[in-house]
Amino acid sequence: MTMSSGPKPIPYVHILRRTAVASALAAIAALSLGATGCGKKSDDIMVGAYLSLSGQDSTFGTDTRDGIELAVEQTNAAGGVKGKKVKVLYEDDKSTPGEATNKVRQLIDRDKVVAVLGEVASSRSLAGGLIANSMHVPMITPSSTAVEVTKDREYVFRSCFTDAVQGEMAAKYVYEKMQKKSAALFYAAQDTYSSGLAQSFKDAFVKLGGKILIEKGFPKGETNFTTFLQELKGANADVIFAPVYYNEMVQIARQAKGVGIAGSAFVGGDGWDSANLLEGAAAELEGSHFTNHYAPDVPWENSQKFIKTFGARYGHEPNSLSAQGYDAASLLFDAMKRAPDVKPESIKIAIGETKNFAGATGTISMDKERNANKPIVVVEIKDKKFKYADQLVSGTP
Amino acid sequence: MIQKVLDALVTGLAQGAMIALVALGYTMVFGVLKMINFAHSEVFMMAAYVGLFVIAAVGGQDNPIVAGVSGTIISMAFAAALGIAIERVAYRPLRARGKKSSLARLTPLVTALGMSVLLQNLAQLLFTARFRPYPRLFEQTRPVIFVVAVVVMIGLELLIKRTWFGKAMRALSANEEAARLMGVKTSRVIATTFAVGSSLAAVGAVLYCLDQSQAYPTMGTVIGTRAFVAAVLGGIGSIPGAMLGGLLLGVLGELVKLTDYSGGVDVLVFLVLIGVLLVRPAGLLGSSRAEKV
Repeated sequence: MTMSSGPKPIPYVHILRRTAVASALAAIAALSLGATGCGKKSDDIMVGAYLSLSGQDSTFGTDTRDGIELAVEQTNAAGGVKGKKVKVLYEDDKSTPGEATNKVRQLIDRDKVVAVLGEVASSRSLAGGLIANSMHVPMITPSSTAVEVTKDREYVFRSCFTDAVQGEMAAKYVYEKMQKKSAALFYAAQDTYSSGLAQSFKDAFVKLGGKILIEKGFPKGETNFTTFLQELKGANADVIFAPVYYNEMVQIARQAKGVGIAGSAFVGGDGWDSANLLEGAAAELEGSHFTNHYAPDVPWENSQKFIKTFGARYGHEPNSLSAQGYDAASLLFDAMKRAPDVKPESIKIAIGETKNFAGATGTISMDKERNANKPIVVVEIKDKKFKYADQLVSGTP
Repeated sequence: MIQKVLDALVTGLAQGAMIALVALGYTMVFGVLKMINFAHSEVFMMAAYVGLFVIAAVGGQDNPIVAGVSGTIISMAFAAALGIAIERVAYRPLRARGKKSSLARLTPLVTALGMSVLLQNLAQLLFTARFRPYPRLFEQTRPVIFVVAVVVMIGLELLIKRTWFGKAMRALSANEEAARLMGVKTSRVIATTFAVGSSLAAVGAVLYCLDQSQAYPTMGTVIGTRAFVAAVLGGIGSIPGAMLGGLLLGVLGELVKLTDYSGGVDVLVFLVLIGVLLVRPAGLLGSSRAEKV
């Protein structure tokens, strides 16, 4: 799933320019016919998307864009929204929060989009969400799980679960399903996602009656994990909860083998979900589990339908990010259809009223905190592949 | 507990030896040119990629020794060429022209930073931002690292103390003008210094990736910062200083990991740096005259 080199990249850079040229031509045509009005642009409903299309996390952006684009094609093929076509304008935030701020402002000010989709990383969704919220344009993040992203921001929604829910569900799975009563925590100390998820796991696990035997945070950019792993091994916990990103997990797993920790002792979060993890350390992680939004063999009808359509369109299997991008966009278009008009204010209300929306990553309802309430999937690494293991439904309606 | 500390010490020594290999490049260039070559960490990163490609091409896991050795040697050659090229393009013209300028010390620093950014982005363009894992050649890489690092350092010490080139380097470091008057071809010596420093970084890069990392465009900043700190800690310009600084940093880092403040390794590292510099402004082994390369 190295989607940066995927077969059919969409030329996002040119979309803006093309639109500009098209509308200019349309304007000239309209004028020459003596018609009044302001060109063709108003025919399409404009939605903005800001993603990390280049830079450190470029695969996050391109994978998400593939999903969104599929949703756009399907919606337009089925008659669009209120008889009009939807069009998504993509902006590249270069994997930085600063650019995310600029791009959201641009999309709203210059392009007059009615809604915004983005980002993957919570830090950038926080930055972009601040602008969207203050300018009263609804935003949906497909995959940012940090709790703060939607907190106290009336116009910011997410179509995925939060880290608070994810940590709680992971604890529940470990304690109740796996029957493991003690755990060690291993996380990136300076990373909001990693330390936040570790904290919510800890809270829930202790509440259930489990014991946390040791907690180890590692500094940003660390690559030598041997000493940490020896400490973790010494604590002799039943599982090691390691909610870190996949690139760090590759090294952790390889060095864990050297220290003598079995791969099946590890439990992780959705940050593990990448083909790179399998490429780098599939053998070392055999038998490990992680919570996720989706699995390629999840037994949900809508997911399987999505996987087929996506495969036909792009020629490879979708990953979580593509599925989530697809869901965020489809959910937005669904809300736009239900809204009385396509003004930002009405769309915002309609998104908030979403109930039992059938997405590729499960059935989604929006709760009062503007977070999606949906099932969580547990994935197991088995025979060097991601395999669906179980699903959990959070208790909060 | 004692076992734990011993384990951490062993890991720390291997880690420190690797940091020292990279730190040597900073310190050698500083010794000769009195400038900090910020692009050094990017040479390290590029060398890691070259090492990876060569190891994969030679067959990787099927014949680990051949792959490891040829990967290291070719990536050393590549890094040496890259180091010379960087010096030629970004530093030498400034040296020739900016001699009388009051900014003579500052401009190379700025171009060095520019070179670093350029190379990092170039790598992203060429290799994408993906993390690329090295094949696992050896079960245990730590002893290999330690032995290689010690051999390389002894070799370097001999090169500088016993050869004509080493003498020229030391002369250049003491006084460039005087060295030139004595018949030392300063440009050639400077280029060789860059080549040697860069190829040491390549050794470090391949060992580092084999042991604990993947190749990715921003990997240079992680180890580069620590190596730079090690060089300053030991006394920038001093070769034994860079080794000592690297080993200290490695061991210290591992010991912190045993405590509850394990997430703040860098905080402690920089506190130690500030503390040492307050007491000994030239670093542990640094001084204004002796021991310069």
